[in-house]
Amino acid sequence: MTLDAKIPAGPLDKKWTNYKNNAKIISPANKRKFKILVVGSGLAGASAAATLGEQGFQIECFCYQDSPRRAHSIAAQGGINAAKNYQNDGDSIYRLFYDTIKGGDFRAREANVYRLAEVSASIIDQCVAQGVPFAREYGGLLANRSFGGAQVSRTFYARGQTGQQLLLGAYQQLSSQIAAGNVKMYPRTEMLDLVLVDGHAKGIVVRDMITGEIRSHAGDAVLLCTGGYGNVFYLSTNAAGCNVTATYRAYKRGALFANPCYTQIHPTCIPVSGDYQSKLTLMSESLRNDGRVWVPKRREDCGKPPHEIPEEDRDYYLERKYPSYGNLAPRDISSRSAKEVCDDGRGVGPGGLGVYLDFSDAIKRLGKRVVEERYGNLFEMYQNITGENAYERPMRIYPAVHYTMGGLWVDYNLMSNIPGLHVLGEANFSDHGANRLGASALMQGLADGYFVIPYTIGSYLTEQFGKKKPDVSSAPFQEAEKAVKERIQRLLDVKGSRSVNSFHRELGKLLWDKCGMARDRAGLEEALARIPELRAEFWKNVSVLGQGETLNQSLERAGRVADFLEFGELLCRDALHRNESCGGHFRTEYQTEDGEALRDDENFAYVGAWKYEGDNAEPTLIKEPLVYETVKLATRSYK
Amino acid sequence: MNFTLRVWRQNGPTDPGKFEEYPATDIPADASFLEMLDIVNEGLIQKGIEPITFDHDCREGICGMCSLTINGVPHGPDRGTTCQVYMRKFKDRDVITIEPFRAAPFPILRDLAVNRSAFDRIIQAGGFISERTGAAPDANSVPIPKPVADAAMDAAACIGCGACAAACPNSSAMLFVSAKVGHLGLLPQGKPEKNRRVLRMVRAMDNEGFGNCSNYYACEAVCPAGISASFIARMNREYNFASALETVGAPL
Repeated sequence: MTLDAKIPAGPLDKKWTNYKNNAKIISPANKRKFKILVVGSGLAGASAAATLGEQGFQIECFCYQDSPRRAHSIAAQGGINAAKNYQNDGDSIYRLFYDTIKGGDFRAREANVYRLAEVSASIIDQCVAQGVPFAREYGGLLANRSFGGAQVSRTFYARGQTGQQLLLGAYQQLSSQIAAGNVKMYPRTEMLDLVLVDGHAKGIVVRDMITGEIRSHAGDAVLLCTGGYGNVFYLSTNAAGCNVTATYRAYKRGALFANPCYTQIHPTCIPVSGDYQSKLTLMSESLRNDGRVWVPKRREDCGKPPHEIPEEDRDYYLERKYPSYGNLAPRDISSRSAKEVCDDGRGVGPGGLGVYLDFSDAIKRLGKRVVEERYGNLFEMYQNITGENAYERPMRIYPAVHYTMGGLWVDYNLMSNIPGLHVLGEANFSDHGANRLGASALMQGLADGYFVIPYTIGSYLTEQFGKKKPDVSSAPFQEAEKAVKERIQRLLDVKGSRSVNSFHRELGKLLWDKCGMARDRAGLEEALARIPELRAEFWKNVSVLGQGETLNQSLERAGRVADFLEFGELLCRDALHRNESCGGHFRTEYQTEDGEALRDDENFAYVGAWKYEGDNAEPTLIKEPLVYETVKLATRSYK
Repeated sequence: MNFTLRVWRQNGPTDPGKFEEYPATDIPADASFLEMLDIVNEGLIQKGIEPITFDHDCREGICGMCSLTINGVPHGPDRGTTCQVYMRKFKDRDVITIEPFRAAPFPILRDLAVNRSAFDRIIQAGGFISERTGAAPDANSVPIPKPVADAAMDAAACIGCGACAAACPNSSAMLFVSAKVGHLGLLPQGKPEKNRRVLRMVRAMDNEGFGNCSNYYACEAVCPAGISASFIARMNREYNFASALETVGAPL
């Protein structure tokens, strides 16, 4: 099997224009003959469903939450990047493209990233027209802030709630399309399988989470916009419901899973406080604009209150190690540096797993009022969770799992290797390489939904004219439904004694220890031996009470954790095979003398896409070589 | 810490439901309210009792999914979401009563989970700016004074949780509706549809069975997003203006 990314010919900056000029277009009268199933209603799903609905396609959209407005995109805090150059500080499409490629440690596909940078400016126009209340200057024009991994200010924001405002914009546009009858919305509905008809994705099997009904939906194409798999680690900044099921089920139906080992650990989260904890809370990266990160220089000072440690005894390690980017070094580098100082015994707070993020200089320089205006809600949140006042005492932060760069493999059209199955947003692998820069997730989700898929879906649909419409009573649907029902029954029939949550927590801890911020061969092999045991125990001893035909949250969770228990293995397998360090994937065996990631471009400049071969067989690795036509591979330096 | 929970258990939409008492033992003071429920649920599962159903998702106060009434107050003590209530707010050995959000337009699905689709339908009635993807002018082509943008953001911060309607003795959703009317109506991009929007949204709200505002301000007191009740006054003004136009047959 070889992978064709279908990258258009021509110079990098003309590819998308050429593509659009030659794209296959479907006439308005024909659009209404096609039904598209959109799974997920976050930034990618809502924007795609709304835009395709406007264009005249029949859309069915599904989400597990009680309303499409609650998808986890809502929690993004800091901002969205766009190459507007409103600050006249040297930004350009090329610079945003290059920063993103470099930020991703040269493991992303050039053409996709360039297109992302190209459409970024239109996203801001679109959102402002929808009524997104971005921050503004007194003159009425849009304000910007800077973010990690960039030396220009290109980030647009709405207080600390940018994701919320962008999602509400997309949700409102989606709502207008629901009202217009172009989109049919199915909230509290979870996708449990993908249905293939003659090798094409033509439907999904879902469970109505209120009644427990299992049913099928058929369509001419399927769009998975189901987010990332960070919750495989149990503790993450993801919402409790975020899961890998939709993409993992597609993988088991033959879609390739690319680069699962590229996981992002966010440097600024509130540290773990105990075993009972169900989630980690992010403190926006934007705080690093004004906050300074430090730990004591000497281990014996760690127990002292921070204000008693004089300036000369503090180690502002990011400023020391990366003078040109300082506290705005990219996420993977900042996280790893935090781990390093904590491993060195200089961490602060309970368990020594924390570093200070200090605003006292910013308060001196700008005044408390300005700091409050910029970050007030984050300071409040911090105080609420920890009981500490960050205006008076530095915040304590520690890295936590936040985002996953890996995902289903897609070509330039955002179509997976299964014809008809398209994957958007965090669920695909395409734009962030081995590490995502801050404020780029919102950009990618909306780019895919508003400005890419409406152009690229035609490439598949125009080949479907005259083909027989899929029918939910046909054999492939019936078989898939039957398998879904049997699996649910199997979960209910185990009747063991351990809760679903306890399995999830154990898996998460194992992955965090062996496949988290730093990985090595021995640890990964250990995890690969342990996960199948844990999975076997799950299927022998899990306790799922209640029935399938009601609202049953234990059952929902059990199905998701069962998939995580399989997916975790794939994650470790990918991490083990990639004998290099790049971005969020740090193998301790592969580092430079001063502890930086050591890439191996000769052997690993490719996308590693895994093909499912059966429950008891090892997946096969299929490589898509990364060809850089414009950019020269370089060692990533933020010094 | 140790608590006694009185929890509303209801097997399905048609079940009459009742309170059950459960002990919550050895709860860390730093646990959130939902984490406390997780711990209690683990204990129930060990005893073979079906765990308590409750809605939650982001657990950081922004998604609006959590919807518990704690000791009679939607979202419980302080003005935040349920997920941002920490057990240190309670006293050891407190008896804590937990119910779902109570409002007729929010039917109970099971235990503490309610159906809030009524809010989605109100937004569908007009809570948007009709704007086709790709048709937008440059984002800086219409300057918006900072105070106006800030005021719009104050309203736009609504998380759509429904605490306002649950707290109101009239089950009024006017804080929710007025937040959207205010957010879009303040911005130049939202002006063309201003009159139609307020008429449609208010009518949709009435159709869903939400009551009217009689100035209790219980909504504002529990709103986790800090939406000011003055948006209700603003909406009333917009509504009266639009109704007057409609009555005399002027273009809306």
